[in-house]
This record gives sequence, structure tokens and C-alpha cells, in this order.
Amino acid sequence: MATPLRVPRPAGIRWAIRGLSILACVGLWQIASTTHANLGIVTFRNVPPPVEVVQSAVALFRSPKLAAHVSSSLWRVFAGYVAAVVIGVILGFAIGRSRAASDLLLPPLELLRPIPAVAWIPLSILIFPSSELSMIYITFIGALFPIVLNTVHGVANVDRRLVASARSLGAGGIAILREVVLPDAAPSIVTGLAIGMGTSWFCLVTAEMISGQFGIGYYTWEAYTLQNYADIIVGMLIIGLLGMGSSWPLTTAGRLLMPWRSPQVAR
Amino acid sequence: MNIRISDIGTNSVGRIEIAGVSISLGAGADAFEAVRGLDFTILPGEFICILGPSGCGKSTLLGALAGHLPITAGELTVDGQPIRGPSPDRGMVFQQHTLFPWKRVRDNVAFGPKMRGLAKAERNRAADAILKLVGLSGFEAFYPAQLSGGMQQRVEIARVLINQPRVLLMDEPFSALDAQTRSMMQEVLLDIWSKIPTTTVFVTHDIDEALFLADRIVVMSARPGSLIEDIALPFGRPRSHDLVTEPEFVRLKRHVMELLRRPEGSAPLARLSPLGM
Repeated sequence: MATPLRVPRPAGIRWAIRGLSILACVGLWQIASTTHANLGIVTFRNVPPPVEVVQSAVALFRSPKLAAHVSSSLWRVFAGYVAAVVIGVILGFAIGRSRAASDLLLPPLELLRPIPAVAWIPLSILIFPSSELSMIYITFIGALFPIVLNTVHGVANVDRRLVASARSLGAGGIAILREVVLPDAAPSIVTGLAIGMGTSWFCLVTAEMISGQFGIGYYTWEAYTLQNYADIIVGMLIIGLLGMGSSWPLTTAGRLLMPWRSPQVAR
Repeated sequence: MNIRISDIGTNSVGRIEIAGVSISLGAGADAFEAVRGLDFTILPGEFICILGPSGCGKSTLLGALAGHLPITAGELTVDGQPIRGPSPDRGMVFQQHTLFPWKRVRDNVAFGPKMRGLAKAERNRAADAILKLVGLSGFEAFYPAQLSGGMQQRVEIARVLINQPRVLLMDEPFSALDAQTRSMMQEVLLDIWSKIPTTTVFVTHDIDEALFLADRIVVMSARPGSLIEDIALPFGRPRSHDLVTEPEFVRLKRHVMELLRRPEGSAPLARLSPLGM
């Protein structure tokens, strides 16, 4: 059967369709929650309608609590993630470039890697003196493995003809790392950084639910225990926004730092 | 290093001595001899083509000249100095895709001077000058991916020549180009070489290309590669592609084809890389 030739729709209409799709989802949610729809497996009996969620969100945005929750979550992710970036990239370079480092460092990492970061929570509470540090550790361990593994992948697969060319042109060991290995591995490293950012948020929210006193994950869990059901959804939305807001600078920085990957911007 | 431009092509730099050279590749049970007992001398300023069937070890020899592969027997010297590793003195142009994709054309060409510690303004000036010589003025700020295959190879040549090497090593540099671009690039190369007459070792399996470019052709046998015949070409310079229809060209071509004829029924070998296995 021949596929009919399709005329592409104008961009304006496509955006309108996308907007309507989101509105329709919110509309369905409103109907399901106000009618307390029971679909057998799931029930909307306790789900607050969007209007209530908006009211709760406005209330939270007016209260000083929001800044406290958001800033403590951001600080934990920042601390754990930055530590994971520094240690992960250094480990990745060492393992990817040196056989000795790979034999020495990779086996323990491979043993720890299948353990989900969330499973570290009880032990990390025992190991670290404060719950603050144990939460930072959870975000660190969540981000570490994707960063290490993607860096190793990028560094170990550097085109050896490029390295040979650089050597023939007079480059020494350090210059080859800086001028060839780093830029050749950069796309893979940035991928690791983006995945790591996602997993560190995921791990943080879980950790906060268990052992926090502030933080957006704690806020969401507290809303459940206090039966402020609208706040649960506000918390979920804020977590999503923060996660999105944290990976956007990464992908933008990646694009700006690697202009050769989208070379229409040359000249 | 630091040879003066006035020395180039004055029969004082770029002499290559190949004496009893054998090269083995691979390790353990997979080890094999790629090149055996090669003996010849390349004179300063000479343009020499190494011709042979695929897998005969001609790229392996080039890799050893560049310093990327160790030799297992014999002696390999440039201007009396044994080769101990890669050096900007021996510039290498690969088949394709060895420009740094993240550097603009100018920065690719200026890489060698940067490694020597030249200031940015100075090395950019040198890069722009040599880019003009290879006919790429106006493309300094492009990324390699924005250039055609032929233009990329011009950048490769410029990037190597900016270091004023004693010898220019080329590993089938035009074999990935289409026929028309290839013959244009051959003329471009001869034009550049007439302006900067560096000793050139050019590896190819294309008989026409070898006959058109070289002062002298070294024909190698299949593995282990050894010298079959060393042919000095009688053609004058400058050359144009009309040369390929001249009777003497055709006669030599027939002769070389005869030398390279594979025994009935034998399979061609895989191409070897100048970086080894």
C-alpha cells in the first residue's frame, strides 16, 4: 500500500495542537477528580482537582517555606553532583587512559555499580555523622556511575588516528589529553553529566522522604502524612521543574562548548 | 628540527636511508612479517611513490618512517638520524578524517606551531599564509565537517607543511576521493610540491597515480612486502593529465601491471594501517 504524500502543517497549528493536548489532560484530571471517578485499579477519590492544586501552589509560593525547601534541596544536589562530576571525570580519564588504573579501579566500581543508590540510604545514615551528609552522599553516588562510565567510554574510544596525528604534529602527553582526548570524549562526557543530573535528583528526593527535615522531597512526603493531598502534587510539579531546570543549563553549555557538533553556526 | 626554508629542496635535507628493514606486526600467534629486507635510499627533494597490492606492507613502512611503528630489523634514518618516534620533522597525511573535528581549519593548521609554543597571532598568520598556498583562502573559519573531501585533504597537507618537515609522508591520501577530485588533487599536490619541494613518500595502489606524480616508483610484492623493482620515471615537470595518454606512460603502466599481477586464484589481502594492528 502506498503512503499518501503528506503536506506538513504550519508550525503555528502544530503548537496550538500541542497546547490543546496539555489542556485536555488537565481537563480530564479536573473531571476525574471532581466526580471521584473509580476506574477499578485506580481511583481518583483522594486526588485533588487542578484548581485546588493551583490554590495550594499559590499559598506555598507566598509562604517563606518554599525558599527553605527548595534551597536545601538545591544545595544537596549541588554538593553531591559537583563532587560526582569532579571525582567521576577524574576516575573516568584515569580508567580510560591507563590500563593499570583500569585494573586497579574498575573491579570495585563494577561491584558497587549494580547497587541502586536508593539501597545505600540505610547504610549511609549509619556511616555519616549527619543526615545532611548522608543525603548528599546519596545524590553523589547516584550521579557518580553514569558520569564515570560515560567518561570512560568517551576517553577509551578516542580515535587513535587523531592521537597519532597530534603526536606527529609535535604534541606531548599533556597536550594530547587537552587538545585531542578531552574534546573527542566531550560529547560522551556531557551525556554522562546529563544522565547523572537526572539520577541525582531522583536519589535526592527519595533520600529526603526518608531522612529529611527540609527539602522538596520531604515536603512532598510530609504533605502525604499530613493529608494535604493538593500539596503532594505541588511538590511533584516542583521536583519536575527543578530537574528540568538543572539539566537545561547542562545541555545548553554542552551545545555552546561544542559548536563543531552543529556547524551551521561557524564563522 | 628548525630547518630553514632555504634548505628545503637544496639537496641538503630529507634524505631517507632504508637498509635491511623488516617490520613485524601483531603479537603472539597472530604475529606476521609485513615487510622483509627492504633496501633503498630516497634522495633529498625526491618525490617517490611506493606501489603495491593491498596488504603488502607499504603503509606499514610509512608508519615506521612516521615513527608510529617500530622496525624489527635493519636501519631507518632520515638525514642520518635514526627514527625513534613521531616528530613534526616527518609529516604524515592519512587517507581521511584525521583533522580535529572540533578545531576550525585555521586552528587545525596552526596546531603544529601551537605545540612549538608560537604566539597566537604569529601562528595564525603562518596558517593563513599556507592555507592560501593550498588554495583555501576564505575557509579559515570553517569546521572540517563543512568542507568537501578534497578540501579536507588540502587542510591535511597544509597542517603538515606548516611544520617545514624534512619529509612528507602520504598514505593513500586521495583514495577516498571521487575520480575527478582525485585527479584535481594530484595536480594541486604537484603544484604545492613545486613551491615547497619537500622529499615526499607517497603510498598508493593506483598505478596511474604513481606514474603521474613520482620521480621514481618503488614496486613492492605481496606479503611479506619486499622490493620488486625500482623505476626512475623519465617524465619532465610541470606535468598535466595529458601525460597519461603518452606512449611511454602507457608502456610503463603495462610493465607495472605485469609486475603486480596476482597469481590466479589468490585472494587479495586486507589493507594494513600505518598504525599497526
